[in-house]
Amino acid sequence: MKGGPILQIQEITKTFGGIIALNRVSFEVGEGEILGIIGPNGSGKTTTVNCITGFVKPSSGRVLFRGKEITGKPPHKIADMGLTRTFQIMRPYFSLPAYKNLVIPLFSPRARRTGGWRGGGRRGDRNTVGIDILEEIGFERDSYVPFKVTSTLPTGYLKRLELARCLALKPELIICDEVFSGLSMSEIASMVPLIERLQMSGITLIMIEHRLRELFKVADRVLVLNFGEKLVEGSAAEVMADPRVREAYFGSEKVEEVMRHA
Amino acid sequence: MTTGTQQRRKERIDRGIKVRTEGIYALMSWRELAYLILPRFVIIVGLLILPLVIFDMYWQRVISIVCIYALLALSFDFLAHHVGLVSLGGAFFVGVGGYLSAVLNSVFGFPALLSIAGATVIGGIICTLLLLPCLPLRGVYFAIVTLMYPLFMARVIEALDILGGTDGIMGIDSLPSAWMEQYFIIGMLLLFLFGIRRLVNTDLGLVLRAVKDNDQAVRASGMNITTYKAFAVCIASAIGCFAGASLVHIYMWAGISTFALDFSVLPIAATVIGGSGTLVGPVIGCLILVPVSELLRDFGTLRIVFYSLSCWPSLSFAARG
Repeated sequence: MKGGPILQIQEITKTFGGIIALNRVSFEVGEGEILGIIGPNGSGKTTTVNCITGFVKPSSGRVLFRGKEITGKPPHKIADMGLTRTFQIMRPYFSLPAYKNLVIPLFSPRARRTGGWRGGGRRGDRNTVGIDILEEIGFERDSYVPFKVTSTLPTGYLKRLELARCLALKPELIICDEVFSGLSMSEIASMVPLIERLQMSGITLIMIEHRLRELFKVADRVLVLNFGEKLVEGSAAEVMADPRVREAYFGSEKVEEVMRHA
Repeated sequence: MTTGTQQRRKERIDRGIKVRTEGIYALMSWRELAYLILPRFVIIVGLLILPLVIFDMYWQRVISIVCIYALLALSFDFLAHHVGLVSLGGAFFVGVGGYLSAVLNSVFGFPALLSIAGATVIGGIICTLLLLPCLPLRGVYFAIVTLMYPLFMARVIEALDILGGTDGIMGIDSLPSAWMEQYFIIGMLLLFLFGIRRLVNTDLGLVLRAVKDNDQAVRASGMNITTYKAFAVCIASAIGCFAGASLVHIYMWAGISTFALDFSVLPIAATVIGGSGTLVGPVIGCLILVPVSELLRDFGTLRIVFYSLSCWPSLSFAARG
């Protein structure tokens, strides 16, 4: 772990009726690091994100952000503290042009306080600031792409738009819920440097992923969830070498294939 | 080759300018000017001219009623299509505004215009506070709860015999003159109409629309959606209360019938006929529906049958107005 912990998850449990989605999961995220969270379908990855960001209230356990308890706070308060998320199922404002999507987060109290992006966020200036953010996140400035109606954009741009919505808040931590999934290899190839650049700019990232090969390239540490429980935590190599992970998740053949490419 | 590059470079520069100058319009010709001004001009002049061309006392009164329904339809359209709260509380707004203005006028002795203004502001606040617990509800559930309020209030007044009970509050001042009455309401309708249109196009209006389309993303952007909903309800209910207060001063009487569901339902029909989400549409819808409804009075009980029949083609063939 680099630096001190920015986010601490302590013994989080979440039950839906009789189903235990998360069972006493604990972990920490260090300032400025990239933590990958992997696990088979239904292992509780997205529930973890929802518990941290306040969209779901954990049944028990505590979440601390910068040492302050945020358990059970409403999502907008948590986002206001600089802990933002993307959605696995992308939730842009489909009827608007792409850059107009950013006017909305730029209107928020946090964006006004932090000055949005590059000292922007002033009244009437949100369109331009929005386009600046889109350029930063890989929309070609000199093209029509930022001005296209959002519903006509390909998946790759929508994923970037989700990230851009987070960036508009000048976040300290972004939780990316499967930003690589559904993208082509070339789209991912252009996304990886973007993620690295975000880390360089001092933002801490948690990445929920199914695309292991790409995740292992960027993640400093990886955490494996299985059936709502924490299985292992460690560097990519440690995690891959762990027999329990092989058994629970990959199937041994797949592991070797991934390792060969990594 | 060189010209090609230059051409492309020029286009590239133009694109940036295009965005930065969004909202600034350069009028190139009289035709464009006409396109921009004519629709507004027709609405404004049309409404302003109405009292001058209609001499019949009865129909002059109808104009005022049209405007009152138009205000309610405007408030419904704003809430339903720009904030995503389908409210059947039109009657509640009218009732609260009406009774407030009646009390301010007859008990505290405020002049008519002042009590209307007071009822608009205080009513807006009261309605918002009362609706606050319902704001997390969505769609049909919000509609049902808002429908409950006017029914509830009417029964409370009836049962407790407060505020004049079933007789209502009588002896309320009318507005100074018939001309003043009509132009006051028409003027306020235009003011609210263009005010709301402007609001919807600001960044705040965009956030309100986002609350409708995609409330999770708004929450994830660090904004409390309840605050924005409450703000919108406050505006919409203030418009409704203004309509109610004006109505009371036109009839010089405030009674339980100000909570009548007509005030909830007719504006919705007008919105559907006029074109939902357009803000102007509902006003035009009222201009059609209310006079039709008056004409059909002669048919007695059959009125509602003819009324439904007249609405039917619009609903089935042009559902979007």
